[in-house]
Amino acid sequence: MERFVLKNFTLIRTVIAILLGVAISIILIVVISNSPGYSLKQFFLGQLLSRSRLGNIIEFATPVIFTGIGIAIAFQARQFNIGAEGAFYLSAAVATAFAVSTSMPAILHIPAILIVAALTGALYGLIPGILKAKLHASELVASLMMNYVAYFLGLYLINYHFRDKDAGFLVSFRLPETAWLGQLVRGTRLHYGIFFALIAALLAYYFLYHTRLGYEIRTTGNNQSFARFGGINVVKIIILSQMIGGAVAGVGGMNEVMGIHHRFNWQLSPGYGWAGVVVAIIGRNHPLLIVPAALFLSYMNVGGQVLNLMSDVPSELVAVIQAVIIILITANAFLKQWKDRITIRQAEREEGVHEPAS
Amino acid sequence: MNPLLESIFSPEFGYAILRVMTPLLFPAIGVAFSELAGTINIALEGVMLMSAFTGVIVSTYTGSLWLALVCGIAAGLLMASILAYFHLRLKANIILGAVALNMFASGMTIFLLFIITGDKGSTSSLASLVFPELEIPLLTSIPILGPIISGHNVLTYAAILSVAFFYVVIFRTPLGLRIRAVGQNPHAAESVGINVNRIRWYALLLSGFFGALGGLYLSMGYVSWFSRDMTAGRGFIAVAAATLGGNLPLGTFLASLFFGFVNSIAIYIAAINIPSELIQLIPYAVTIIALAVYSVRAARRKRKRVDAESAPEGSA
Repeated sequence: MERFVLKNFTLIRTVIAILLGVAISIILIVVISNSPGYSLKQFFLGQLLSRSRLGNIIEFATPVIFTGIGIAIAFQARQFNIGAEGAFYLSAAVATAFAVSTSMPAILHIPAILIVAALTGALYGLIPGILKAKLHASELVASLMMNYVAYFLGLYLINYHFRDKDAGFLVSFRLPETAWLGQLVRGTRLHYGIFFALIAALLAYYFLYHTRLGYEIRTTGNNQSFARFGGINVVKIIILSQMIGGAVAGVGGMNEVMGIHHRFNWQLSPGYGWAGVVVAIIGRNHPLLIVPAALFLSYMNVGGQVLNLMSDVPSELVAVIQAVIIILITANAFLKQWKDRITIRQAEREEGVHEPAS
Repeated sequence: MNPLLESIFSPEFGYAILRVMTPLLFPAIGVAFSELAGTINIALEGVMLMSAFTGVIVSTYTGSLWLALVCGIAAGLLMASILAYFHLRLKANIILGAVALNMFASGMTIFLLFIITGDKGSTSSLASLVFPELEIPLLTSIPILGPIISGHNVLTYAAILSVAFFYVVIFRTPLGLRIRAVGQNPHAAESVGINVNRIRWYALLLSGFFGALGGLYLSMGYVSWFSRDMTAGRGFIAVAAATLGGNLPLGTFLASLFFGFVNSIAIYIAAINIPSELIQLIPYAVTIIALAVYSVRAARRKRKRVDAESAPEGSA
């Protein structure tokens, strides 16, 4: 048991953080709701009661898987590039412009559009990447600024060049049908894009854990000096990790446009980049863990919406709980004393075993 | 003269710039303090929201502006303390901790707003007090400049005075010296007996203090209510302004002024159908360029220092 705890300490800490978050949400609901039992049921089980709510869980998780992976790839190289928000937005705008200006059969159109989105995201990640690798400029600040540049640039592109003036509100032209990702289940907004998200997760996993480049990214993240002495081109890795991260987030943005609205209709940045940071933290930057993390986050968000509709507890409860969970997960020293005690006890016992033999 | 230029050269425009600048300058000073100590605080977005909210609620229910000020600042300090505790004691990454705090503030303010007022959009149903506008007799009588710099909210003047305060603390006090030492080389600072964590804790508290003032101005000066996510990214723009200003007092002030100018001009320009989006992205692009330039300069200075240090060794 103790050995198990030591071996899986980070996982256990993550689970404890999530359980604490859930416990706090239960306490808050019980304290403020007039009918706590009903509200709790809505929050934890309301998601499962209708097909459209179940669909909502996957619908919201889809873009977050993309941004989460995008963030995670940069984080794995220890690059605090939080520009997924901007990559998501700008790539969707540019790829929308591309999609409405071209016409080809769907089998070519969809990949072509996604490639445009990926390239936009990669170029977008190149800027903070180069600044960091060549000039040692903070990628955090650069990517934060890039988010705004991307937002205004995307907005300009759509509102001034690709705006559908007949639509009555500020949206782009409708995408040609060859660029739509079809509906998956009737009565929901589920579309084929979820498969792209899952494929992205698998590819990212394979890339990070089974390719040379992925290994170099992780090694650079673990210990940059070690990586450099080991012959890894750290400058290249720093730039590439941010470009690949941007590309994945960018594909996520266009995936959303092609699957749900079929137009670019975000006058405000939709915030999936920040949600991506959350799932990257909960999923500990592991692409395969990011999928359940995104589903978990999504489950809570949909639960929050149900709570909002059906009870007297506001949905913002969910944001508060998420914040608690991620700050506990990121706190490296959280529960460390407990771990240390176990380590000591374990060591003492092993000493005890070895002594008679010696 | 064309109407755009006419409105830009009007005193009202100059007045507007200072007004728009205030909720950027306060947090920018806060960010600069934290960045100088090597612990960049990108949680001022959340700090401002919490303080803006606390100020409105306290002033509505107590009727006391002073109490609102004190509680608003306390809320900001509390947020900064949470960040400091998690980063310095529990070894959380400060960026991720700040992301969590921003999320916390965005959710918590609306959560509490709903519980208190039953509304989730804004506190328009509450009668919040506002900080008074100040007519300084001497300033008013200056030609041209008079109408621009007089009659502002008391917190606008406080923000400008804070620049001087920032200068004095950083360059004229032992605390400032330690903050800079810790930021430039924590190991060296530690070796001469400076308690690095404690200095960083102070710097984060200072950043929370100025973030709180920015938040209070926003809800009790700029407007007279709290609304959902009303900071609208100002905590991040403050990071830009501090970066552009090189985290130095005058630089941060001028950068905030620049951001205020661009944001004010965007409003005028949108009215005459020039894409305001392109104008609005300029300061961020400029900040990225400035970041690059500063980094090159910092690297060159470091190289020079290394050369200077190694030279006598070589000759010895």
